[in-house]
Formats: sequence, C-alpha cells, structure tokens
Amino acid sequence: MATLEPAAGASLGRLEAPQLGEPIHEPLTELEIKLEANRCLYCYDAPCMRACPTHIDVASFIAKIASGNVKGSARVILDANPMGASCARVCPTEELCEGACVYEKDDTPIRIGDLQRYAIDYVMDRGIDLFAPGAPTGKRVAIVGGGPAGLSAARDLRRFGHAVTIFDPRAELNGLNTYGIVPFRLSYDVALWEAQQVVNLGAEVRTGVRVGVDVSMEALVKDYDAVVVACGMGSVPKLGVPGEELEGVWDALDFIERAKLGKSVGEVGDHVAVIGAGNTAIDALTCSKRLGAERVTMYYRRGESQMTAYEFEYEFAKQEGIEFRFFCAPKRIIGERHVSAVEFVRTALPQGGTKSTPLAVPGSEFVEPVSTVIRAIGQSRLSDTFKALGIQADDGVVKVDAELQTTRPGVFAAGDCIFEKGMREAMVVEAAEQGKQAARSIDAYLRSGARV
Amino acid sequence: MDLRSNLAGIKSPNPFWLASAPPTNSGYQVMRAFEAGWGGAVWKTLGDPIVNVTARFAGLNYKQNRLIGLNNIELITDRPLDENLKEIRECKKAFPDRAIIGSLMEVPERQKWHELVKAVQDAGVDGFELNFGCPHGMSERGMGAAVGQHPDLVEMVTTYAVEAAEVPVIVKLTPNITDVRDTARAAARAGAHAVSMINTINSIMGIDLGSWNPIPSVDGMSSHGGYCGPAVKPIALNMVNDCARDPLVGIPISGIGGVSNWQDAVEFFLLGATNVQVCTAVMHHGFSIVEDMIDGLSNYLEGRGIASVSEIIGAAQNKITTWENLNLNYKVVAEIDQTTCIHCSKCYIACEDAAHQCIDRNMVDGTAILTIDTDHCVGCNLCMMVCPVEDCIEMVEVDTGLPPESWKQRSAAVAAS
Repeated sequence: MATLEPAAGASLGRLEAPQLGEPIHEPLTELEIKLEANRCLYCYDAPCMRACPTHIDVASFIAKIASGNVKGSARVILDANPMGASCARVCPTEELCEGACVYEKDDTPIRIGDLQRYAIDYVMDRGIDLFAPGAPTGKRVAIVGGGPAGLSAARDLRRFGHAVTIFDPRAELNGLNTYGIVPFRLSYDVALWEAQQVVNLGAEVRTGVRVGVDVSMEALVKDYDAVVVACGMGSVPKLGVPGEELEGVWDALDFIERAKLGKSVGEVGDHVAVIGAGNTAIDALTCSKRLGAERVTMYYRRGESQMTAYEFEYEFAKQEGIEFRFFCAPKRIIGERHVSAVEFVRTALPQGGTKSTPLAVPGSEFVEPVSTVIRAIGQSRLSDTFKALGIQADDGVVKVDAELQTTRPGVFAAGDCIFEKGMREAMVVEAAEQGKQAARSIDAYLRSGARV
Repeated sequence: MDLRSNLAGIKSPNPFWLASAPPTNSGYQVMRAFEAGWGGAVWKTLGDPIVNVTARFAGLNYKQNRLIGLNNIELITDRPLDENLKEIRECKKAFPDRAIIGSLMEVPERQKWHELVKAVQDAGVDGFELNFGCPHGMSERGMGAAVGQHPDLVEMVTTYAVEAAEVPVIVKLTPNITDVRDTARAAARAGAHAVSMINTINSIMGIDLGSWNPIPSVDGMSSHGGYCGPAVKPIALNMVNDCARDPLVGIPISGIGGVSNWQDAVEFFLLGATNVQVCTAVMHHGFSIVEDMIDGLSNYLEGRGIASVSEIIGAAQNKITTWENLNLNYKVVAEIDQTTCIHCSKCYIACEDAAHQCIDRNMVDGTAILTIDTDHCVGCNLCMMVCPVEDCIEMVEVDTGLPPESWKQRSAAVAAS
C-alpha cells in the first residue's frame, strides 16, 4: 500500500493496536541502565556520534543518564534526532553507533540504542515537553508527507518559527513507523507519540489529504513560502507472474499494516511464503508466524550472503522459527480462487556476479503448497506523483541539490523519495537527518528573502 | 609461604587483622572472622558503654562502584565491659594462635586507665590498641581524637596505659592533625610498642538532594563522621611512610586505611607497615575476603622468590623522599601502542584541555589516529592514566644524556658559582 493512498474513512483514533506477542526487545532495567551508562567511556568526538546519521552526541546523552539528568539526556537525543523514539527501537545500531563503539572490538559495545530508549521513555512517560516553537517568522511551509522525514522537517521548522502544515493521505502521522513496522518492534503508540511531539509545537495537520489529488501542488506553491516533499515510496511492486490476483496474495506493507492495526488478514493458513529477503520481508515473516502460521518460509532468488536484511534481523527470524529457501524464484501462483501453491524455479547466479540478476535453471521447477503469499521485494517509486508535483526525478528518485532543493525553486525533498538504491540505507534515521537538513535549508532560503 | 607476622611481639599467623570497628563488635563476629582465616582482630573499642544513634553509616559511590569511601558516626562499644571480656576469653580459647587486641578508650585519668587495662588484660588479650583517633562523638567528651590531636596528651595517656600493661601497647593515631609524626613520636616517647594508622578522617558524606538532609541522617541532622575505605589509602600510605622513615618514631607500624585486597596490603608493607588492619572491605564483602588476601599474597611472594612476608616490610620505604631530591634530568615520554589503541581519544582531550597539547589526532578512514608529539611531551602520565586499555600507553624513558641532578644539587651549585 502506498504511503500516498488515502485512508478509508475517518481517523483510526487511538485504537488498542494488537502487539502480536512479546516485544522483541524489552527495555533495560534500572540496574542495567546504570551499569551500562557508567561503563561508557564518554569518548571525545566519539565514533558512535560520527556513525549516527543525525550525529546525536551519544557520549553526552549517556553521561547525562549516568549523572541522573535523564531529561537533559532526552533533550540531547531529540534535539539531534526528532525521531529518537522510533530510532531507539528500529535503528540498525549494530551497523551504526554500536558498530562504531570503541568496545565493539571486544564484542561488548555500549547498548546505545537501549540507553536512548530509556531516556526517551523517561520524557514520554512523564509527558515532559522539551522544545518550544521559535518566534513566528510569518513564513509558511507545506510538508507533503507526514512520515519520519516530513515530521523531522516540521519539528525543526517550527523551532525556527515558521508555520507548518503537514499533508498526509493516511489517517495518522508517522508513515511507515505507524503503519509499516511490526508492532513487536515499534508499537503504534510510540509512533503516534513521536508524531504528537511535532503537533504539540503547533504544526497544522491535514491527514486524509492527497497532494496532487485533494489539493493541487500549485495551490501549495501559491499558499506557502516553501514546500517539503517527503512522500516516501509506494507499494510493493507485483512479482510479474501469473496468479497474483488470487486471494491470499499480499503486498507485505499492506499485510503488516493490517496486522498492526488489528484488521483482518483472513486465515494465513498453515504455510506462508514470503518472497524477498529484505527487512520488510523479515517483518512479514515474523508477523505471519505470530499470527499463527505453522510454517513460514522465505524464498529468495539469491543466496544467504546476498540477503539485504540486517544480520540481526536474519538471526531474529531464525529464532522465531522461520525457514529459508535460497536460489529460487516464483514462476506462477496456483489456486482456484485462493492461493494454494506456488511454482518456483531454481536460480543460479552467473559466474562471478553476485550482483547480477540470477538466472533460472531450466527444468528445475518445483511446486510448494502454500496458503498465503506475501511479496516483499522492495517498494515502487512514485514517479507519477513527482510529475504531478512538477519536480524532476530520475528512475523515480527525486532530484535534489546539496541543499535538498528539488528542480523547482522553493520545493525541497527528504526521506525515502530521494533514497537512491545503492547509495545509502533507507532508514528512519536517514529520513530524520534529511528532514533536519531540509528544514535548515528552507530556513536559510526563507531568511534570504527568496520565495516560491 | 611464611606469612607469619610479629608486630612488636604480638604474633599472628598472617599479617591481616580486623580493625577495631563494627566487624569486631562481638565474639560471634570475631569467631566467624577467625574461622575465615583472619590473623588477628582488634576488638571494638572497650570503655564506658555508650548509646548510639540511627542511622550511622554512609557510603561514597563512584559510578557503579559502591563504597569507595565510607563514613560512620557510630561510637565505641554499646555493650557492658564484662560481656565483651567474656567473649574475648572464649575467642582466645577457641583460637589461641590468633591475635586479639583490646582497643581501649577512657577519659585521660591515670586511675581509670589502669583499671581498664588490668580488666582487659585479665581476659587474655595479646596487646592493646589505644584509640586516640575516633574523630566523632567521643572526641566531644575529651576522648579519642581529642587526645590524639595533642602530642602532650598522647604521651601522657600512653604512659598511663604502658604503666599497667603487661602486653604490647599500640597507639592508634588520628590523621586529623598537621603532622602525624608529632603524635607518633609522643607515643614512642611514652613507651608505646607500636603505632597504628590511620584512624578515620573528619568528613561530611553528603547531602540528600531530595530532602536536603545530610547523610547519614539522624532525624534530619548529622554530625561530621569518620571517613575510611579505598579512597583514603593514599593518605594512609603517606602517613605510614612518614612514620616509618622517622627515626624519632622508631617503632613498628600497623597500617590501616583502605586496605581491600592483598595488593593494597603489599603497598603498606613495602612502605613500612608490619601488618595491616581492615574494616571497610569486610563491611562491604564479609570476612571471606581474607582468603584471597592470604592466597594472593602467597602467590605474589612466591612468584618473586620471596620466602617470607617479613622480607618486604619497608623494602620501598626509602624510595619516598622530598621533592628537592628528585632527579631533574630524568625524562619519560608517552608512547601509544597503535595495535591495542581503541581510538577513544580520551588521551587526546585530556592532554589538549588539561596538560600540554602534545597528542596529535588525525582522522584516517573515519578513525582517530593518536600519536604523541614526543618533542613536546612533558611526561606527566595523564594520558596513560585516562587510557581505558591497560598498557596501551606506556611512559618510556628518554636518555637526556645528563647526569642525575636534583633541585637541591642544582640550587647549591648555583649558589656556589
């Protein structure tokens, strides 16, 4: 389901979203927090800070936890990263801050993500407000897309004193944090709390509104002094094989969203097949398992070493009892009305080319009985949307300059919509950083006296 | 390994004694301590039983380390003398090879001291320790540190005790004084057989940030207490060494102050203490710590080919001198082992902000490479001290090509020229 798809009906409200079992990661105890915060060396110009895309001053926030100044700690985190609450839960810390920790060599990096979560939970639980809007500048900025990048931009623009209106097609803000990450990794409540912090700074929110459909880009350009395009990516593309229209064949994001919101996904049956090997595939796999599927199998056309899911995600999936079949691609989905089997063909990588497209091995077809098929082979690009917005894109990736300004003056872009494959990871923390950058650029742009 | 100890004629199977403190409050405790292996115990100070307050102790924590310091406002024994003496007899009977020392406190009157010494002596103690150190409560009543802070009173009261004692007399000294040698010499003049130090240091442990009550809090109030524990060790080592090197003191020393393990004990021995007394570490971990103190000391001595702990007493005491005698032409500079460096840059910021700006920091592929500017390094040790990796930064001797010369020699030479 595309991030731009409008929500059916009114706001979902603060529903009792199902957790689908125990969270993957419980918060640390007070004792663990103290031990960990005091174990930190507080490195100078710390490698963890350099490794964080938002450059959170990790040494400072941990030292503040150790000194008992938890509110100050949360402020250090959120000042650098408005998405600090979700990042504490979903960041691939092994690849970022914790991977850079000087203790990593000894396999005992400081548990930075857990410490961050502790500090943020502290202000979340107590309802402590850390930031205030800046003195009004009289400038207005429209933000297209209320996911991590848009919220991050909105938060800092409010702090700069600019009026902000966030347009989002969904019922709730925070994009994939709210809808696209399994609840046992990031709960609905935390995602909404995070968005609420931005709303509390006086951001105007217009949910259920599709820019380009319900409101035109030209209207935004006319009514606002600047625009941020942060509309993310679209739905999971089709596999391009026969039988995809059958019942029980899902887009992974659609599937995860329904499961997270407690909406029916029907009976997943006794064998769920997930096609793809990224982090969303892992979410779909583990989600299916927790929904009661007896067998859940990942099918991937490349090998284990080419999987794009993080190592720790893969480990987690193994612990949840997921099965893995490598070097096979779906050829056709079989069923009357509902899917009942998938025909796969074995694949092989051309000699010496792990990145090249795998080739089908003739005559190696096999049929697997399955009750549900979930495709998780990445997200499509919103090329048509960008066309409607009047901004240029290459292969569906919005073109921006160093200041994150698009080809249209006064229109900036951030987040997954500028994520280039093979360039950087499409992570929440990257989106947050780009949102911050966009806000800075817009602030400079608006103060320079230019106008859309 | 021969760990036997002989402090001025008081013998014990090892040099580890329990200091006069809460762990030696009763026969039950001392029996348990002896079962665990302690070589001796200085009984909780005997005298006129007192009344205590609650609370009594407070701890100083550093990061996650509890009790790097401890202070207390507990007084001497709150139990009748007869009860204590009965238990001393029982302990001595059960463990005849261990040293039991009667710690005494009394108002500075000859007759009272004679009576107390005789009564405790009858119980079979191996020696006495005169408590001239307790800095709180008792000092307000003219005892403890109130005596120990005046050399003339130390001499007078020590004389009272020595007159009546048939076993060795140790005088326990307070550190709350300008120069501990003054009171140590007074004790020696009066005929004391040994001195022990340090007693606890005057201290206020802290204020609770919620209630603004001092800690320990006695109904919202407190008084200064006696400070001890690992953090006081350097102060104790200095005072022990001062006395060990002073010919006018000239009597054996029992070292007290922050001894937590065999390594601490070895330092006290090397600087001139004949044995050590322990309290805070036992209050923190229980009597069983003595097992590793004995084991660790034995292995250490064995590893160095030393047959008896007595051989190391005072072995390093003369390595302490006055500043004017230190060699000005000796030079060390820091050296960083790049193979073990974890690139935390703690050394860099310490040198940059607090020393002599002698560490170069260059980012190579996102990693901070730290190197010493040896031409300007003054060899202060700070980088080595803050480095979290053992032996990563070493202080390496540099040959200055100059003969040893102290400030004393240099200024004498200048004066002569």
